[in-house]
Amino acid sequence: MKSLKFLIPLALFGVLALFLAAGLKLDPREVPSPLIGKPAPDFKLTRLDDPTASISRDDMLGKVWILNVWASWCVACREEHPMLVEFAQRKLVPVYGLNYKDVRADGTAWLSRHGNPYEASLFDGDGRVGIDFGVYGVPETFVIDRKGVIRFKQIGPLTPEVLRDRIEPLLKSLQA
Amino acid sequence: MTHPETRFARVVLLACLVLFGATSPLRAGEAAPAADDPALEARLVAITSELRCLVCQNQTIADSHADLAVDLRNQVREMLRRGDSREQIVAYMTARYGDFVLYRPPLKESTALLWFGPALLMVAGLVVLVVVLRRRARLPDESFETDDDTSGPTPAAGGPTS
Amino acid sequence: MIPELGHFALWLALATALLLGVLPLAGTLRERDEWMALARPLATALCIAVGIAFVCLTASFVRNDFSVLYVASNSNSALPLQYRIAGVWGGHEGSLLLWVTMLCVWMAAVASFSRHLPQPVVARILSVMGWVAVGFLLFTLITSNPFERLLPVPADGRDLNPLLQDPGMVIHPPMLYMGYVGFSVAFAFAVSALIGGNLDAQWARWTRPWTLAAWMFLTIGITLGSWWAYYTLGWGGWWFWDPVENASFMPWLAGTALVHSLAVTEKRGAFKSWTVLLAILAFSLSLLGTFLVRSGVLSSVHAFATDPRRGLFILAFLVIVVGTSLALYAWRAPRVGLGSRFALLSRETLLLGNNVMLVVAMAAVLLGTLYPLLLDALGMGKISVGPPYFDTVFVPLMAPVVFLMGIGPLARWKQASLPELALRLRWAFAVAVLAALGSGWLAGRIAPGTTLGLLMAWWLVASVATDLWGRVKPREGAGIGARAALLPRATLGMMVAHLGVAVFIFGVTLVKTFEVERDVRMDMGDTTTIEGYVFTFRGVRELDGPNYRAARARVEVTRDGRKVADMFPEKRIYRVQRNPMTNAAIQTGFTRDLYVSLGEAVDGGAWIVRVYYKPFIDWIWGGCVLMVLGGLLAATDRRYRSRAAASVTPAATPAAPPPLAPAMRRVGTLEHEAP
Repeated sequence: MKSLKFLIPLALFGVLALFLAAGLKLDPREVPSPLIGKPAPDFKLTRLDDPTASISRDDMLGKVWILNVWASWCVACREEHPMLVEFAQRKLVPVYGLNYKDVRADGTAWLSRHGNPYEASLFDGDGRVGIDFGVYGVPETFVIDRKGVIRFKQIGPLTPEVLRDRIEPLLKSLQA
Repeated sequence: MTHPETRFARVVLLACLVLFGATSPLRAGEAAPAADDPALEARLVAITSELRCLVCQNQTIADSHADLAVDLRNQVREMLRRGDSREQIVAYMTARYGDFVLYRPPLKESTALLWFGPALLMVAGLVVLVVVLRRRARLPDESFETDDDTSGPTPAAGGPTS
Repeated sequence: MIPELGHFALWLALATALLLGVLPLAGTLRERDEWMALARPLATALCIAVGIAFVCLTASFVRNDFSVLYVASNSNSALPLQYRIAGVWGGHEGSLLLWVTMLCVWMAAVASFSRHLPQPVVARILSVMGWVAVGFLLFTLITSNPFERLLPVPADGRDLNPLLQDPGMVIHPPMLYMGYVGFSVAFAFAVSALIGGNLDAQWARWTRPWTLAAWMFLTIGITLGSWWAYYTLGWGGWWFWDPVENASFMPWLAGTALVHSLAVTEKRGAFKSWTVLLAILAFSLSLLGTFLVRSGVLSSVHAFATDPRRGLFILAFLVIVVGTSLALYAWRAPRVGLGSRFALLSRETLLLGNNVMLVVAMAAVLLGTLYPLLLDALGMGKISVGPPYFDTVFVPLMAPVVFLMGIGPLARWKQASLPELALRLRWAFAVAVLAALGSGWLAGRIAPGTTLGLLMAWWLVASVATDLWGRVKPREGAGIGARAALLPRATLGMMVAHLGVAVFIFGVTLVKTFEVERDVRMDMGDTTTIEGYVFTFRGVRELDGPNYRAARARVEVTRDGRKVADMFPEKRIYRVQRNPMTNAAIQTGFTRDLYVSLGEAVDGGAWIVRVYYKPFIDWIWGGCVLMVLGGLLAATDRRYRSRAAASVTPAATPAAPPPLAPAMRRVGTLEHEAP
């Protein structure tokens, strides 16, 4: 029927409106990581507490572990830190820190003031390792499996919901 | 309300570079280029101005003065000095940050519609136009209004209702 | 007290707007004259109520009333008065109030300048605008109240964003909103014609000046925004294809198509349903822009503070307004007549071709702007679409438009002759090619992109010249002067506007090809030379502004030994928000801009300085100003100004080609057909 073609603009608009509605639930600023499912980048960094000792990626093979990117100048890190301390006490998996673009003295002082949940903190003063991990903000948290593959990335502070609903089940399945 | 960052970019960065020559502050002369190697700098700008800064997301890595942008510019500069090609640098960025970091979307299956869409729309539009006009041309004269009916306002002040 | 008064005024306005939306419209359906007659008084009452609210908000800013949350977030006691006033529209809530205020300005204009329209038509139009007002007022009152109080009252405000503390901020948003909102008038005309069933050439004649006016304001708004970015942001760019910029450009493209389509409908009664669709499209794009900026769906430097609840509300409003009007269109448009007949090659077809290309260009911009959202919503990953995409895609789409712009004005209505066109235009084409190559060679470079740009610009100039010559060359005893005096304003307007496009293309092409940018380290007395201009660094001193501290450099510019200017680039730190701001120094000239911006200080008392030479960059905005001027000429054409003449049917009989002239007070020759 000839008049059907006049419905085309309305139909096109309907499709557009659906996408706009879907868009309301999305965050255009969040950058998903392309490294999920890929091996963690190779690194070798000194420990925050001992500049003579270093840890490399291959040292971490064979265990499931969590890497938390933090800095003494990061305000949002203070939000998630108590939760992280509590989580580490449960000894589910070792938690390592990546002290990103910080000064050793400031980092150490911050940990003694706010608590230290980390087995060790890796000192990434110039942020190169952070770039390799695709870090673009602080804090960020990664879950890495036995083979050294990144399985999960949390952008922004950890919340109890994320820990409970996404990280812990993942850890269980990785350790099984 | 957002706080847009000013662009002070390369100038901050370039200021930290080793300064070219050792012009004595007392002797005025031809100002030296701010960068060691202007040709390299130009390539740096060309590449980084197509990359999105992930921190202040509405600026390019060339323009932004966020820490991450400064670090990434340094990284790219090193890579250029090392002789890496543009493709290698772009691959480096997308391996870490995904396609989101590219202001020029890569041509993939998912972006085929994006890149070919405008041309397709143009062709479709013109085809539809020609088809509609041809169909119109075949209609008998009675379907049309004559020039009498179309020009000029209607005489009655009450206004047309049909 | 004053904020509460303003808040109350908004509620009053909402009630009035509801009455305005319902009563006059019902009056047209039930043929109740007294209800229809309420349209103008209700519209006036609405304007007064909104006006009061706007004045109250402005007063709160001027009085530094920080007990109002919005004032505290966007102002400061040290902020100079003009920026306190501009702060009214510096944030989301206030800018919404500006939107509604602009809607009332247009409504008042329609109410005043519509005496020649039949009562039912006026009633419908004002009712439709009333419904738009209802939507925005509801949105404001429910989610974005500018009069919300803040307790405890802070000692001082958070200050207006330093980037906005600039004369450009004072006029860019009002102009832009006048444009966006102005398309609601064309929209209201269209919807009212669909409801009332009076879609004809008459309707097009009524709608056209309003559309031109809105288009002019939008052009001014976009031009100001671009120019402001150029001199404020410090790195010489003037268009970034940012989602919000695109949100203003899309209605402009649709509006341009609409203006041309209206010309055909007015003259020949053709394309009626297409024109109505364009009118709905232009305003829908304005509303879409509002949604994109305020919903948080796209990331943009211009975006206001986002809130999904607000986004949902605007989306609902968008769906209701656009959905209803498109449904109305689907219902009524099939019955609309075809208008006059025209041949496959005729001015009508060329204008239609222009329309199709402009809409395709608009669709391309829409595609690029929304594609990241599209992929993300489908779970297909996150991408960015930026200037590299738009620059690649947009220019090839515009080239056909420019080509058609040269031919269209010379084609006859109803039936054009290809041989005649080719004959008239061969000279123009030859001149264009030679001039493009010639000017490229003179400037020192012949490159493909540059030549294409110059070709487009020279083509427009040559074809306008051909058209003009055809209309004013002496014949039958009438000299050039006599014939020129008979040129309708609308024709003149068209030529000026098209020349404006040519000037714009010249500006863009030449600046992109020949601009020079240089970063240098400058000590006292150091110089750098670009294109014969010698820039000498004369040191930096610190100074205090009303609400900032600045480091200001003096750069002396000379050429051939003679002083050209002193330039004073600055770096400012605003005391409250503490963002560093770069204020570039620009020396404007007809054929070039000199642009200097200050970088960081380095060891030894030297500074990094960026120096630009930008040839013909002001032609970009100059071209836009010409377009506006052309629009003004067209909008003030005799046939819109003389109500009396409009009610006299023409004495001239309709003829086969060339087609007849519009109504004129004296019977003139048949050539004076306005576009």
